Amino acid sequence: MEAVFLTFILMLSIFVGFELINKVPATLHTPLMSGANAISGITVVGAISLAGTGQQDLANWMGAGAVALASINVIGGYMVTDRMLAMFKKRGG
Amino acid sequence: MESSQLGIQIAYVVAAALFIFGLKLLGSAGTARRGNTLSAIGMLIAIVAALTDQGIVDYRFILGGFVIGGLIGATASRLVQMTAMPEMVALFNGFGGMASLLVGAAAISGAVGTFTLITVVLSILIGGVTFTGSLIAYGKLSETIGSGAVTFKGQQIVNSLIVIGIVASAIMFCLTPSDPVWLYTVIGLSLLFGIMLVIPIGGADMPVVISLLNSYSGLAACAAGFAVNNNILIVAGSLVGASGIILTQIMCKAMNRSLSNVLFSGFTAVSDETVEIEGEVKPISVEDAFYVLEAATNVAIIPGYGMAVAQAQHVVKELCELLEENGCEVNFGIHPVAGRMPGHMNVLLAEADVPYDQLLEMDEINPRMETVDVAIVIGANDVVNPAAREVASSPIYGMPVINVDSARTVFVLKRSMASGFAGIENPLFFKENTRMLFGDAKETIGGLIREFS
Repeated sequence: MEAVFLTFILMLSIFVGFELINKVPATLHTPLMSGANAISGITVVGAISLAGTGQQDLANWMGAGAVALASINVIGGYMVTDRMLAMFKKRGG
Repeated sequence: MESSQLGIQIAYVVAAALFIFGLKLLGSAGTARRGNTLSAIGMLIAIVAALTDQGIVDYRFILGGFVIGGLIGATASRLVQMTAMPEMVALFNGFGGMASLLVGAAAISGAVGTFTLITVVLSILIGGVTFTGSLIAYGKLSETIGSGAVTFKGQQIVNSLIVIGIVASAIMFCLTPSDPVWLYTVIGLSLLFGIMLVIPIGGADMPVVISLLNSYSGLAACAAGFAVNNNILIVAGSLVGASGIILTQIMCKAMNRSLSNVLFSGFTAVSDETVEIEGEVKPISVEDAFYVLEAATNVAIIPGYGMAVAQAQHVVKELCELLEENGCEVNFGIHPVAGRMPGHMNVLLAEADVPYDQLLEMDEINPRMETVDVAIVIGANDVVNPAAREVASSPIYGMPVINVDSARTVFVLKRSMASGFAGIENPLFFKENTRMLFGDAKETIGGLIREFS
């Protein structure tokens, strides 16, 4: 049942994603991509529990590596997107 | 469900709502920055919630990862040049892929049931392909490796063999998860496949590739979400996946090519018959160009990646202001695949303080082109190539282009007569109403500015 439930979530989010992204103007496509980089850093949430087992085995180290890589995406992605969006100004604004 | 677990799940719901709302605000340039902040708050909530999980007994590894990753991310985001954004996004795609691969692989010990094992394999597979594919894309974009397409005889056969190998070892892994050999085989082959997938793709097609890899990095996070049974990973991953796929479609449409055509054929199939181009190239001096511009009342500027290479966006803005003071209307026409990633030109011009309502998309500028006195092409080539409309044998035939040749006069700023990134001849340079301004774009425009003042 769990699998069906998760697949259900997957399907709905893909539809929501398509609807939302289709409305993003071409002007903002680069910030959209770097923002997507940041969101894909969500893997950090999955990696946290694996990095915190205290086992100090290979899986633990892999978890820590995943936390590091995903944090690069989260921190770097949001910061660079913000830096870019701050530059977009309206005429006379 | 115990109360702490319930709290975490509720936090994930809030985070998902913030991601979705953040993307919604990205639909307009005025609200986009707020949207990004909301999305970041959602991420923070999700991370804090994950940290309260009772299964966590040791925070040292987590903290270590955060500090290292956070420092690298923060430094990179501060220092990166806007011209280098495509490289950075490519690299970040790769990191996302690798993180999902690691999560998938680390989740094996806790994986029960065939369905979970399949999702573990998927997260490793997609993550691995994304990782090495992105590294190659990074290398091509930053030109640390050659940006050309690498093709060899029997490439399709080799790729097919790799795919068969991946499928076979993935099945063997799901049947005997205790045997690490199959796991390592899947990892190795996925990494190899990522390389093989991107090397045959030439530099001009990079906008498609990084969009696609962007999508993969989301799908990898999604698969990792299934592997560790976490719904926020699935929601966020599929949002990113959808975003990447849409951008990929837009890029392919803007080049009039199918995705499979971009992925598997490159520009290698260029026909040998050279296009008969009539007319001659007519150079113009900066001084003469100035007189034409001074009399113009409507100017359209079409930038391409060459503008970024010459770092000319700031002088372009200066010229733009002088023209406006002279009572002239100035607009920018941005082709979807101008630059090396979707929206690249817009960011570069925004950095130079060009207001975003002055940046017109191809479909907006083309109908106005006939009323334009002077169209200035700066470092763009293929996206203004009339051969896409007129020459059926051209490799870019059918690609939608900005019709600068319908303007009264066309100025082309160009370093030399070499052909563009895609290596295709451009009949625009030989047209009756085209004048060539040879030299470095930044210096040429600087010269025009001096004439004005």
